[in-house]
Formats: sequence, C-alpha cells, structure tokens
Amino acid sequence: MTATAEPVIRIRNLDKTYIRGGQPIPVLQGVDLDVQEAEFIALMGPSGSGKSTLLNLIAGIDKPTGGTIEIGGVNISTLSEGDLADWRAAHVGFIFQFYNLMPVLTAFENVELPLLLTGLSRSQRKAHVEAALNMVRLEDRMEHYPNELSGGQQQRVAIARALVTDPTLIVADEPTGDLDRATAEEILSMLDELHSELGKTIVMVTHDPKAASRAKRMIHLEKGVLVPDSDILVPVH
Amino acid sequence: MFILKLLLKNAFRHRLRTLLTMVGLIVAICAFGLLRTIVDAWYAGVEGTSSTRLVTRNAISLTFPLPLNYADRLRNVEGVTGVSWSNWFGGIYITERNFFPQFAIEPASYLAMYPEYVLQDEEKKAFLLDRQGAVVGRKLANQYGWKIGDQIPIRGTIYPGTWTFTLRGIWDGVDVKTDESQLLFHWQYLAETVRKLRRSNADFVGVYIVSINEPNNAPLISERVDALFKNSLAETLTETEKAFQLGFVSMSEAILVAINAVSFVIVIIIMAVMANTMMMTARERLAEYATLKALGFSPGFVVKLLFGESLVIALIGGGLGLLVTLPIAATFAKAVGTLFPQFRVSGTTMALQMLASLIVGIVAAAWPAWKMSRISIVNGLRQVA
Amino acid sequence: MKLIPFSYVARNLWVRRVTTLLTAGGMALVVFVFAVVLMMGEGIRATLVATGQPDNVLILRKGAGAEINSGIARDQAAIIESLAGIATNGEGRPLVSKEPVVLNNLPKRSNGKPSNVTLRGTSQLGMELRPQVQLIQGRMFRPGTSEIVAGHAIAKGFRGTGLGETLHFAQRDWLVVGIFDSGKTGFDSEIWGDSEQMMAAFRRNAYSTMVFRLTDQSALAGVKAAIDNDPRLQVDAKPEIQFYAEQSEGLATFIRILGLSLSIIFSIGAVVGAMITMFAAVAQRVGEIGTLRALGFRRVAVLSAFLLESLLLSLVGGVLGLFAASWMQAVDISTTNFQTFSELAFQFKLTPVIVVQTLGFSLFMGFVGGFIPAWRAARMKIVDCLRAV
Repeated sequence: MTATAEPVIRIRNLDKTYIRGGQPIPVLQGVDLDVQEAEFIALMGPSGSGKSTLLNLIAGIDKPTGGTIEIGGVNISTLSEGDLADWRAAHVGFIFQFYNLMPVLTAFENVELPLLLTGLSRSQRKAHVEAALNMVRLEDRMEHYPNELSGGQQQRVAIARALVTDPTLIVADEPTGDLDRATAEEILSMLDELHSELGKTIVMVTHDPKAASRAKRMIHLEKGVLVPDSDILVPVH
Repeated sequence: MFILKLLLKNAFRHRLRTLLTMVGLIVAICAFGLLRTIVDAWYAGVEGTSSTRLVTRNAISLTFPLPLNYADRLRNVEGVTGVSWSNWFGGIYITERNFFPQFAIEPASYLAMYPEYVLQDEEKKAFLLDRQGAVVGRKLANQYGWKIGDQIPIRGTIYPGTWTFTLRGIWDGVDVKTDESQLLFHWQYLAETVRKLRRSNADFVGVYIVSINEPNNAPLISERVDALFKNSLAETLTETEKAFQLGFVSMSEAILVAINAVSFVIVIIIMAVMANTMMMTARERLAEYATLKALGFSPGFVVKLLFGESLVIALIGGGLGLLVTLPIAATFAKAVGTLFPQFRVSGTTMALQMLASLIVGIVAAAWPAWKMSRISIVNGLRQVA
Repeated sequence: MKLIPFSYVARNLWVRRVTTLLTAGGMALVVFVFAVVLMMGEGIRATLVATGQPDNVLILRKGAGAEINSGIARDQAAIIESLAGIATNGEGRPLVSKEPVVLNNLPKRSNGKPSNVTLRGTSQLGMELRPQVQLIQGRMFRPGTSEIVAGHAIAKGFRGTGLGETLHFAQRDWLVVGIFDSGKTGFDSEIWGDSEQMMAAFRRNAYSTMVFRLTDQSALAGVKAAIDNDPRLQVDAKPEIQFYAEQSEGLATFIRILGLSLSIIFSIGAVVGAMITMFAAVAQRVGEIGTLRALGFRRVAVLSAFLLESLLLSLVGGVLGLFAASWMQAVDISTTNFQTFSELAFQFKLTPVIVVQTLGFSLFMGFVGGFIPAWRAARMKIVDCLRAV
C-alpha cells in the first residue's frame, strides 16, 4: 500500500499501561500504525492482546501513557478531557457490540443525540436524523423504542447514530458479536456500503473471521504488540 | 449460625446501599423513641400521683381560689384523713426560660401528705421554723447549684414583686417517678405579704389536697366534698390527683395526638425506604434465586433468605437506633431541665422500638419475597445482568 | 453547555415507576409534616394577630403576661377612662370597655374532657371596639342580665354553650342567647357576658383589662406618657395588635421548633431513600453513561442529568405532600395556649410563602440525596463504564 496522502490516523510509539492493585500492567507497547482515509481495517487478536484498548485510544475515550495519536492532523493525545469530548462529538461515530442505545429514547431520539452537541436547529437536526435513518432503511421505525426492535434493527439505529454527524472516523467494537449469522451479514453489508459509497474510514475490532474478511486490511495484535503481516496465517474464508 | 452468616454476608454485598438503609433505620427508630419519650414525659405528672390523695378546686376553673375556712369543714368529711392546701405561685427565677413549679403550701400537713418527698429531719425542722424558708427537690437544686442556706430570689407574676426565700431543705424522691423539680414555701408567708402590700383579704387557697382512708372510696368522698359546698360562694370540684393531672395533659391533647401520629409517619417513611432497598436487592438476585430453585431448594427457602436478610438489616439498624436514643434522650433531658420533670426512655418505648424494626423488616420484604418465590426458574436464569 | 435531554431524565423516572413512587412517597410524607407544622404556626399567628384592631389599646397591670393575671381596680379604671386621646363613638361616648376576664373549665362535646375557656365581661362599647365580631345566631345579651353569647368555635366544641343552652357557675344560670363569629380570630374561642354582672357574680373589685380606641395613632405616645407619670396607675398600655402577637409567640414558637426538628430528622430518612434510589439508578445505567460520554457529552452534563432526576423526584414528592397538606385546611383544631392557659381554636393556614418554603425544602432534600450519586456518575471513566455493559 502506498501512502500518497497524509494518513488520517497516524500513531507513533503508542504505549498504554494500567495500574492494577499497585502493579503496572502494560497493555500496548510501542505501537506504530498508519491508516489512510477511507480505509476499512479490522483489528484482530486473541483475548488480552490489547485490540480493544487500541480502539479506545483511537476513538479518544482513553488516553495513552506514551506516544502520539494524530487523527486528521490533530494530536489527540495532548487534548484536555473537555476538548477531547468536543473532538469526539465532531469526528467519531461509535458502534458497540450491544448497540448501547438509550432504552428510554425512541430510535429518532437516539440518533438525534450526537446532534445535540452541535449548534444545529431543531428542524436541521430532524433533517439529518431522517436522512441517517433512511440510509439504514429504518425510516418507518423512527418512533419505536429499542425494546420494540430486533437486535439487527437496534444495531442499524446505532449505525445511523454513528453517521448522523458525518464523522471523520467510524469505530466499531465487535459490531456483530450479539447477532445471528443472517443479521450479522446484513450489518456487515451496511458497513461495506458506508465504506464504499460514503468513503468512511472504519476501524473495527472483531473475533469474527467473516467480519474481518469484509475489511480491506487486517491488523493483528498479540500481547500489546503489532504482529507484522508476514507472520499471520491467513484465515480461511 | 451458618444461615446468619450467609444473611449478613449477603446484606453487605452491596455495602453502600445496606449502610445507607441502616442509617435511615437508625435515625427513624431513634426519632420514634424520642417522640414516645416526649409523650411519656408529658404524662409524667400523672405517673407520680397517689391513689389516696384527692384534689379539690374551684368548680369554675383552677384560676379561681377557694376560701381558707373550707379547711375545717373538709377535715370533718367522712373518710378524710388529712387536709392541706397550696397556691400556685408561678414566679420567674432570673429568666422565663428557667421554668419550674413553685407552690405556697401549708407546710406540716403538706409534707405529711407527700411522704415520697424524703427530707432529712433537721432540714424539715429548719424549714418548718423559718417562715421565709423553702424546700426544693434534688433535681432542681442540682440544676442551679443551690445549697442549704442559699437565698433564692423569685420574681412574682401573679403576686408582683421580688420574693426571696432561704433554702432550708432538699428532698430526694422515694423512686424515679417522684417529682424533684419543685420549690415549696410557706403559705403563711404569701398570705402575710399579700395582706400587707395589697391591703386586701388574703385568706384564699389555690387547691386543697385531701388524703383519704381508702382508694376505693375516692369517688364517694369526692361527691361528699362537692355536695358540702354546693350552692355556696365557691363551689368545688373534687377529683383524684391522677384525674387532676390528666386534666392538664388533656389541655395539650391536640399536640400529643399530633406527636403520636407523627411517630407513626416516620416508621412508614423508613418502611418505604427499606421496601425500595429490598426490591432492588431481590431484582439483582433474581438469577441466583432461580439457580437455587433449579438446584432443588424450595421456593420457601428463597423467601426465607429474603426475609432473613431484611430482618437482619432491620434489627441491626433498629438495635443501633435504640442504643443511640439513650444518650440523645439524656442530652435532651439536660437541655429542657425542669420543664419536663421526668425525661426517661421507658422499657415500653424500647420494646416498641424493636417491634417497629421487626415490622419494618417484615413488611419491606413481603412483596419482593412473594414475587421472587413465584419466579419461574427459566425466567430467572434468563436475567443475566 | 450541551445538556442531556430532559426527556431522558423524566422518562427514566417513569420507567422505574415503583421505585420512583416509593422514594417520592417517603419524601411526600416528610414534606407533609413540614408543611402542616408551618401551616399550624401560621394559623395560630393569623388567628391571634387578626384579633387586634389597629387603633385599639389594651391596658394591663404592670408585669402581667396574660389578661387573667392582670387586675385593674375600679378607681384606677376611672382614672384611665378620663385620659385624653380616647376616641368617642357616634353618640359621643368614649370608646372604652372595662372587662373582667376569667377562665371557665368546661367539658368538650367530643370526649367530655375539660378545658379552660375564656369568659369575658364586656358591654355594647366592647362590641363596638371589635367590629370584626358579628352575631350569626340569636341576639346580643341584654345588659344587667345573666345572658351570655358564645364564640362559634366554643359553641361547636363545648357542652352547654350552644344557642339556648345554659351554663351554671358562680351560683347562677347563664343562658346562651346568641352565637358570634369573629372572622377566624381569637374571640371565636371566648364567651361574652355583661361586665358588671360578672363582676358581681365573682365578687370582684377589679377588672382584668381595659380596651379603648385612640383618636389616632399619634395619641398613643401621649397616653403612654400620662400613664407612666401617674403613680396611682401601675399599668402598661399596649397596642392591641402587639398584645395579641405576643400572646401567640410562645405557642407558635414551640410548634415551629418542635415541627422543624421533626422535619429535619425525618428528612434524613427521605434523603437516604433518595440516595439509595439514585445510586441504584446510576449503577443500572453505567453503560448509558459511558455511551453518552463517548458520544461527547461532558462530565458536567452527566452530573446535571442525574441531579435533575433527583430534583424531579423530590419535586414529585413535594407536590404530593403539599397537596395532602392543603386538605388539612378543612380541619378545625384547637389547643390550650400556654400563655393564656385557655383554649384557642385555629385553622391550618396555607400561604404562598409556605408553598415556596415547602417546595424549596423538598428540592433541597432531592439535591442532597442526589448529589453524591450524580457526582460519582460523572467521575466514572468512560472505558470502565463501557466495560461493564
């Protein structure tokens, strides 16, 4: 892969160490990574490899202990907590394994949540929400509550929520982990669409080889360190 | 014992919530105890009465006096073994806040009629001989640090002027129920002074205290006395000392009813709080209870677990609340001083406090326990957090 | 500042209805006690303060705290009657009333238990001095007779004091010929009769009090000076409104202190309840908190949301408690006023100030109970929240 433009994600020498019971536990050590705009990458590795931690750091919901992360030219590793929150609101869309919708809000209101952090007017927000729900083909379920939707439908609402602010980056943590095969396929196709038609940069953590195969590039982690591509046994589809 | 340990451990799994619930219980049970003690204190005067003493007052109201010459006629009533009298003085010692009762009494007969005021012989003699003397109860003396020989100035409100008495004796009550917060002085002194200053007839008494031969004769003798003075200038109303004291209590009836009602309200409040806690506990343990049922434990066992935990929390909290009540009541007693002659937490109150805790523990667990015992194993196991 | 929507806060209370109701219910009870106590104190004060007329002055013996402890000899009364500054009525007579006030121990209608009722000897002039007093049944007593009129609270509450009934005291029968209403003031708790008849019946030579109307407010100083300078008069002159305000002080203060202490103790129970509920709410929604923070909502937005939830909860409790308390206004209540040693009938009075104080107290409880849980919620790390899902 030749990097012609500046990578949208630029990670250098990333370290993350937790303190558990007085003992320092290194989770990531010296990670270097470049991700280009409109790439769809999958982070993979065994349990405890640090892949979720890496995802959290890229998404800006955790802070590294060492090294730098630049996203869209912004060094997020030095941002204050408040600025980081603002940055996330503008640049990151989240998709979680268990959808993480607010049970007391309707699908419409759930998708609207990130827009409340912008300065848009009510009618402007309405337009964006409807467009996002349209894109995931759930415009007829706007007023339903999460407990009235199937797992697949809930994940689609989550995807709409992730899209609605037109973020730089979409971050997905085991998006198909709680879905049956057929629904998982649906969701993965949708992610594919986002990538190919809207040119979204997607970073996804997954165990699922089928999900990983949809990504265009796979990054492997083991014990907090990136495993070079040549050492990976390519999984059979 | 194992069960108790299990219940305790379960109760403290959610330490914060259990501790908060206990704090609520401690406060509620303590408040319940204090309120009951306040009501008891109101009735303290009633507790210290004797069944062989009657009180005769003016039939119109206590604020009307009776003539002194009634004394002789009272002595001749069948069944009467002794007659004395007293006037309520109602003075102020330094400030209004230092309230305590002061009575002008006929000394020899009065002290004979109140054997529960135990006085040393020399002190009694000294008092009888000194017309300007006074005797006080031990509690009152301790409150103001008075010693024999002290000069005690009282500012009169009903009888104007500043009156000074010499302390001649301090009595100890024969038991805890006896009032030790009074000051008694010579009626003669009052009468003489009033005659001098106001140049008016001073041969009036506030009430007559009449001792009788047998308690059972109280109603009969009361009627005899009142009949004796019917259609005279000052008609009388005679009743047992207990009824007389109850009359005072009933004046504040509205307040007492309110305090009693309120003491129930607080138990209800804490019941609501505990019920909430137990419901949350039950909801969290759904999967566990279902597992126990799947393993073969009867629904009854699950119910017992929940009740057990609720009772453990309630009884520990209630017990601590009871223990906390005692020092607080003691502090309160010191603060009000002689306003309430008695301020003790009674055995009944303590028993009621524990009973209230027990009831709270049972009621709080009732609905959650019922729901939990009926949960189907399948549904319960499905509830993974 | 970007806040989490109100619908999120409100709907969460609705979704956990049973817990919300239990917690709000506990608060409602505390609020009820708090409001009722305030209403009681206000009711007593309102009753007694309204008893006084702006330009009336009361004369009492020096140092006497209550009318029944006061004595004004006839000769002293004559001197006071002739003071300058006393207004006259339409017929040119000075508006002065010389009144003996005694207590009558009467049994209640409800349970026969006796209580002291104020009996006042007055006259037609006395009626004129109190324009708020209106006869609602029967007629006024005729001077020189043993007829009496009763305040309607007494007629309702005590045996033998209704229209046509008879009281027996001081060797005479006294017939109730009228019932009066004094517009929810202290006189509703009194029985009135002819002043001189009472003096004779009780063999008295001294009145208890004198009441007169000033020509105008500025005359007060002159009257006071004349009284102070006369060595024959050992009396105090007090504006009627001030006198009655002082009469209510002791009882109102006692009730207020007792009630407030109780409310504070009870509020601990309610605050504990709110704290437990809010801690549970936070614990249950840890995943949602993490998600909201991930989306970009700040810590302070999370804090505000949970604090608002607690405040809303306490507002519900407060409104419920206040609503229940407002029903107490229909209840008649009476008790013995320690200062006058006689029965006083009053109402529970709900004022806008009490509404504000009560709701404020309620919100305060919600704030105290909800703050720590809300603070904890805001302090959580995003990754810890999300891991818990």
